[in-house]
Amino acid sequence: MLKKILSLTAAGLLALASLASAETLINGAGATFPYPLYSKWFSEYAKIDKSVKFNYQSIGSGGGVKQITAQTVDFGASDAFLTDKELAAAPGKLLHIPTVMGAVVVTYNLPGVPAGLKLKVEDVADIFLGKITKWNDPRIADDNKGVALPDKPIIVVHRSDGSGTTSIFTDFLSGVSGEWKSKVGQGKSVKWPVGLGGKGNEGVAGQIKTTQYTIGYVELAYAFENKLPFATLRNASGSWVVPSIKTTSAAAAAAVKSMPADYRISLVNQPGKDAYPIVGFTWLLVYENQKDPAKGKKLVEFLNWSLHKGQKMASALLYAPLPENVAKMVEKSIKTIK
Amino acid sequence: MQQQDLILGNKTMTSEQTHAETVAAPGRAGDRIFRRLTAFFALSILAILLLMIWQMTRESLPSITAFGGKFLTGSEWDAVQEEFGALPFLFGSVISSVLAILLATPLSVATALLITEIVPHRLGSAIASLVELLAAIPSVIYGLWGVLVMAPWLQRSVQPWLVDHFGFLPFFEGAPYGVSMMAGVLILAVMIVPIITAISREVLLAVPRSQREAAVALGATRWEAIRIAVLPYGKSGILGAVILGLGRAIGETMAVTMVIGNTPQISWSLLSPAYTMPSVIANEFAETTAKIHTAALMEIGLILLAVTLLINILARLLIWSVTKGQKQGAA
Repeated sequence: MLKKILSLTAAGLLALASLASAETLINGAGATFPYPLYSKWFSEYAKIDKSVKFNYQSIGSGGGVKQITAQTVDFGASDAFLTDKELAAAPGKLLHIPTVMGAVVVTYNLPGVPAGLKLKVEDVADIFLGKITKWNDPRIADDNKGVALPDKPIIVVHRSDGSGTTSIFTDFLSGVSGEWKSKVGQGKSVKWPVGLGGKGNEGVAGQIKTTQYTIGYVELAYAFENKLPFATLRNASGSWVVPSIKTTSAAAAAAVKSMPADYRISLVNQPGKDAYPIVGFTWLLVYENQKDPAKGKKLVEFLNWSLHKGQKMASALLYAPLPENVAKMVEKSIKTIK
Repeated sequence: MQQQDLILGNKTMTSEQTHAETVAAPGRAGDRIFRRLTAFFALSILAILLLMIWQMTRESLPSITAFGGKFLTGSEWDAVQEEFGALPFLFGSVISSVLAILLATPLSVATALLITEIVPHRLGSAIASLVELLAAIPSVIYGLWGVLVMAPWLQRSVQPWLVDHFGFLPFFEGAPYGVSMMAGVLILAVMIVPIITAISREVLLAVPRSQREAAVALGATRWEAIRIAVLPYGKSGILGAVILGLGRAIGETMAVTMVIGNTPQISWSLLSPAYTMPSVIANEFAETTAKIHTAALMEIGLILLAVTLLINILARLLIWSVTKGQKQGAA
């Protein structure tokens, strides 16, 4: 009896071992923002190519950069591109592969005021600088004729945790306001001139939902899913743009002329009448020279798949797909991975 | 070799002296192993602590060398300009924990007294287990409740009333945001009540019956018996409970982060947002890539460890002085 059990266990273990060896395991870590899309991609891709298994840990962009630099993962993911200094710290040449785009919306809680409050981008900067302090300030009121704006102080809510969302938002503010650029600057965590800090999208949204007269910023997808009201912004070209997947993609399409070969570009405040001003890429970080050629080949196959089939799944999950012309560029870049 | 023989010989000689000891001989080897094993485990805890201190000091070196003592006194926290000062976080942690203790201690000691001294035993244990249930709630649940229920309630009802009636005091000035130092203190107080209550209850249960009976025999009322016989006896134990509560409060991260407003500033107003040391680590550590930023957060961790250590030393001293006073009083 005991012998039987032993032999059965041994057979089972052998089967497991052979299963494991047939499967290539590709590890990745990084940004939380694209995680829902990536996990969808990995599970869909597993149906097509059964010989490869992806394991992605959404530990945050900073963690992703640290781990790919230390080579403890096969690919990293980040919402902010690496600085020259960070690239130099990596043991090999790291490529930025843009996957999709995200947008950040300005959300608020104003009793009696519906979605679609109109704000000029300069006014958004001055609100977050603490220079516009009342909701009925003429600068806001002039753009919103017919809307009863209350004579109440504006309560600013921002992210307290380091995040790519904050990075994109402060990048946008630095672009529209010289004062913001010199006083605060751009980063994943900055020294906020005014306001309260909430942890995560849910922390900011929670405070805005429960507190009247607040204003803050969250990811577009988060605002859509939670039906938060968001502002229509007047962009660099002077047209009013409602945040949506279409206007997000439009920002990247507008940037294609100035697209650098390594895709390290900020997409905020792009010209164009449909371009929403607070938009950013999210990237996968991959070494140009793969240590394990077999793994590298599988990774390239996956990247190609994500660029074609994968892009079609993005909109349903509220991510903006890469515009055609950008996708063509990326296709060429992927070919350079060895 | 000779020496060893001598020792062995000695041993056999002594063990031959009584029968009982010869029987105990194999047990002695067990005792020795047991002693070494426990010593090993105890030392490993110490080793972990030392390793942690060493590692944290090493990782925070860039920040220690860059800012020196200014790190403790500076109140700038700017990751973009790479300027770091920990004072607002130190202030936030200490003030929120101390206020929470001031609020929670009378509540907990009164609850413990009710359970052990006043209500019948069965009702007492029912209340005790309900209070202990509070300790089992994860802190993120407290945080969610705090940010979704308590903070809006504070903003709509409590804080405007305080501003209207006590707004002239520096502690209640400014606009009511809901999320604030006050919200942090309240949530901490609720979270540490179960700990202080549970330990105080154990301490009070350990007070000998004869103490109470003696007091009652002398004609003391129930309150007098508690005051002269029960509380002085349990004083050091209750103090220990409070210190444990303080340790829990100062290290609490999630719930506080969600309701305190996360603004690194030093304000005496309970209505204004603040920041604590564990909160800033939890908020910023995952997304830092700059070395100096990581080092600054590590140094905050080091300061947190030092503050906790300091509190424990103070507590030890306090308990010693209290128990010493008791013995002198008894003599």
